[in-house]
Amino acid sequence: MIRSDVIKTLVPFISDKLVVTNIGLPSQEMHLIDDQPSNFYMLGTMGLASSIGLGLALAQDKKVLVIDGDGSVLMNFGTFPTIANNPAKNYILLIIDNGSYGSTGDQITYSGKKTNMTEVARACGCENVIECSAEETADVVKAAFESDEMTIIISKCESGNIKVPVIEHDPVMIKERFMKEVAK
Amino acid sequence: MSINDQIVADFVKNKIEFITSVPCKQLAGVLNQIDATDSFTHVPCNREDEGIGLCAGATMGGKRSAIIMQNTAIGVTINALVTLTQFYRMPLPMLISYRGEVGEPVACQVEMAVHTKDLLNQLRIPTYHFHHKDDVNELDGILNHCFMSRKPVAILTDATFWKGAE
Repeated sequence: MIRSDVIKTLVPFISDKLVVTNIGLPSQEMHLIDDQPSNFYMLGTMGLASSIGLGLALAQDKKVLVIDGDGSVLMNFGTFPTIANNPAKNYILLIIDNGSYGSTGDQITYSGKKTNMTEVARACGCENVIECSAEETADVVKAAFESDEMTIIISKCESGNIKVPVIEHDPVMIKERFMKEVAK
Repeated sequence: MSINDQIVADFVKNKIEFITSVPCKQLAGVLNQIDATDSFTHVPCNREDEGIGLCAGATMGGKRSAIIMQNTAIGVTINALVTLTQFYRMPLPMLISYRGEVGEPVACQVEMAVHTKDLLNQLRIPTYHFHHKDDVNELDGILNHCFMSRKPVAILTDATFWKGAE
């Protein structure tokens, strides 16, 4: 399974949830597969999906799912200590770890080499870190939505991309409709 | 009222509830004051661009947010300010310790100070420079202006300003 396959398995139960998606293909795939006002698409700012999601989770009570990638988290490793030390029980961070920079041509990341994302998260103090296969991901994410505990999920999947159009939505429109969903 | 008390009072008056920060010696007093105030959620960040992400999320969660940081970090925040805060039109007060101005004991700080205003100007970020302790009286209006215009706004606070706080 590649990332877009994993996203497809999530859609049946995340359509009405607040979802923050990482820049590039994760946002574009989410937009293609299931465009919803409750999706916040990052159009720029690589690395910050987990931070945006944490700020959102700490500011209100609804559950927040962040769909991030290993390359993006590598760029913002400081996010793990911040998450660990400011836990939000409504926060689910799903790191789709395909060991590559998918949006830029599948160059290998360090997490595709020696660096173990799961161990890094735990070493930074994150307590509920679950590593799973791509196939298991939907069940693990579903359980995280049903639990009352902050969950960090590292989904090990294959590298590879589908062809997707760029997102043409205006950023202010994306924000405004998302904020309406937050306030509902 | 001390400068630190006034800053915190203006943050509260302008309904700021979420604060992120990377510390600076000059900001120690105001950060202590923020931690002593129950109405703030204070989430220290490890790098300022991470903090800008946290603030964007909190803003979309319905909480007015602010970042407290040093001017040496302007460089690492540029992409986040442009492609997140500005592109999505979000307000963000940035209370910035303006190191490297007169009274600075560390020469290296001057190297960033000479670029600070040029960078903020290039980013078209409304910038206010607090030099005298009475300049703090402008803060309430600046915060109001920031949330009205939905833009990042920089408040540079130099050593002379903070000396007036002692």
